[in-house]
Amino acid sequence: MDTLSTSPFVRESSLQKAKRRFLRSISARIGLILTIALVLLALLAPVLRPFDPATARDFAARLSPPSAVHWFGTDGLGRDMLSLVWYGIRISLLISVVSVGLGLIVGTLLGLVAGYFRGWLETTISWFTDILLAFPSILLAIAVATVMGPSLQSVMIAVGVVQIPIFIRLTRSMVLSLREQGFVQTVRAFGAKPWRIIFLHILPASLAPLVLQATLSIGTATLEAAGLGFLGLGAKPPTPELGTMLSDSFTNGYALSAPWTILLPGLMITLIVLAFNLLGDGLRDSLDPRAS
Amino acid sequence: MLRYIARRLLDILPVLLGISLLVFLFLQLIPGNPAVVLLGPRATPEQIANLQEQLGLNRPLPLQYLSFLGKLIRFDLGRSIISGIPITQEISTRWPATFELSVAAMLVAIVLGVPAGILAAVKKNGWLDNIAMSASLLGVSMPVYWLGLLLVYLFAVNLRWLPPSGRLGVGVNFQPLTGFYVLDALLQFNFPALTDILAHLILPALTVGTIPLAIIARITRSAMLEVLSQDYIRTARAKGLLERWVISKHALKNALLPVVTIIGLQFGTLLGGAILTETIFSWPGIGSWIYEGILARDYPVVQGGVVFVALVFVLINLLVDISYAFLDPRIQYK
Repeated sequence: MDTLSTSPFVRESSLQKAKRRFLRSISARIGLILTIALVLLALLAPVLRPFDPATARDFAARLSPPSAVHWFGTDGLGRDMLSLVWYGIRISLLISVVSVGLGLIVGTLLGLVAGYFRGWLETTISWFTDILLAFPSILLAIAVATVMGPSLQSVMIAVGVVQIPIFIRLTRSMVLSLREQGFVQTVRAFGAKPWRIIFLHILPASLAPLVLQATLSIGTATLEAAGLGFLGLGAKPPTPELGTMLSDSFTNGYALSAPWTILLPGLMITLIVLAFNLLGDGLRDSLDPRAS
Repeated sequence: MLRYIARRLLDILPVLLGISLLVFLFLQLIPGNPAVVLLGPRATPEQIANLQEQLGLNRPLPLQYLSFLGKLIRFDLGRSIISGIPITQEISTRWPATFELSVAAMLVAIVLGVPAGILAAVKKNGWLDNIAMSASLLGVSMPVYWLGLLLVYLFAVNLRWLPPSGRLGVGVNFQPLTGFYVLDALLQFNFPALTDILAHLILPALTVGTIPLAIIARITRSAMLEVLSQDYIRTARAKGLLERWVISKHALKNALLPVVTIIGLQFGTLLGGAILTETIFSWPGIGSWIYEGILARDYPVVQGGVVFVALVFVLINLLVDISYAFLDPRIQYK
């Protein structure tokens, strides 16, 4: 196979080229390994964590520094920090994936409609996009989360709403160029219905940039979700969400006297965002080398 | 040029209308009667009925929106439920603190970010480039409020080099004039106060400046790399010009447009108040005020804060757009 792939007479497909470029980049490989490790940690949290964060509370040992029993210390309720953060990865990843999924689905649908049908639909959807983009993202998320009240679901929706205009713009711009291309013109000439053209021909051709944007968006979504948690607009304590843990430590005044209560949650948020940023950068460089 | 500016101004009008509509809906969408939301849970039925009458909440929604829009145009954003102070007054009191912090943070970001980006581009793929780009990737991946807490823990709690929070130390003899403390201290030649004010500014500015610093460094690097691959740079080098001259006179000037753009956009974001960082440092700006509004469920404050920040953001974006036309005369309105 190696001989074949290196032979000058066998043309490499663009997907194979992208894969080769991806695997050659050190940062992309680090991003991929980190992402897989984080997803595994999140999935295995209920099995492997040392203590159950929901029930294991040792009030006598509250705010105790790192020790042989509690490697990363305990929080204000006497819960093991390592177990909490372990569960936190699970919740943070869940929020990010669901919210980016929401932004991806709604944004892509609106972008497809705006780009394909054009006219007043495009004008209205573009106006809506411009308005959403006029707000700094965290502020828009705050407004939505305030309206909905603090809960895990409202964080997912708030962060998802912030993602919608990004996907609308991206999809619309791709559809505008794809709808004029030969393969779309041909199926249209054969009398294919608009929805068929959109979902069977245009959408599959737009998937790579959308997947790339979704990967990069998971990083920003994680930061925004943690920010909402820190502002008290996220999951309510004692839910072990990483931003809520930081908020809990800060508002109860022991962030600086017991720094282990902020060290691991913040580090884990950084690691999640870093993993997806590296993975996204690696994907972009391999799919579109000119962009780098 | 004037036509370009006029068209850009016309372009933002529908966006401004949309923002006002969203902000109006904000209070309507919060579950419960808006009068109860505004008066708080302890309001009596009479008070609720009076406020409903006073605010015209019994009128149809479109009429309510028109009335809200009229007030917005007159900068009447209502009053805080908790303090009773008009929102616009609160904004004018807190705005200088946010502005001062934003300027300081942008200074940090530009002074460190632009040279880092240039060095990374000149030494492409070298260890300097790798360090600068890894640091910038870390900078955009980190929750800044967490970084702020770590900086406070290190420099204020452990080393005791800098104050942990606020804008001014207790007992410092200082009389603010404009609200811009650095400027006020300079105008009064009050150097002990200036030292104290600058000491309070360092940690928040470093924290707020982290993300713009990382972004500016990355954009400067890629803009420089683009320019350095152009033919005229090769010509300049072939003429035997010193590398220093090629970089500073020929490459940097032409790489500046995207850098200036990103500086403008980042400044616009910061002017809206770094909600999380201002909270960590008890910085009495717009950001921490919105946070207090959220905690106290003081919805007019949150609403006023959101509309103000969005307006600043749109206006700065507009200024950046207009500045394009000045910086690059080839750009025209399409």
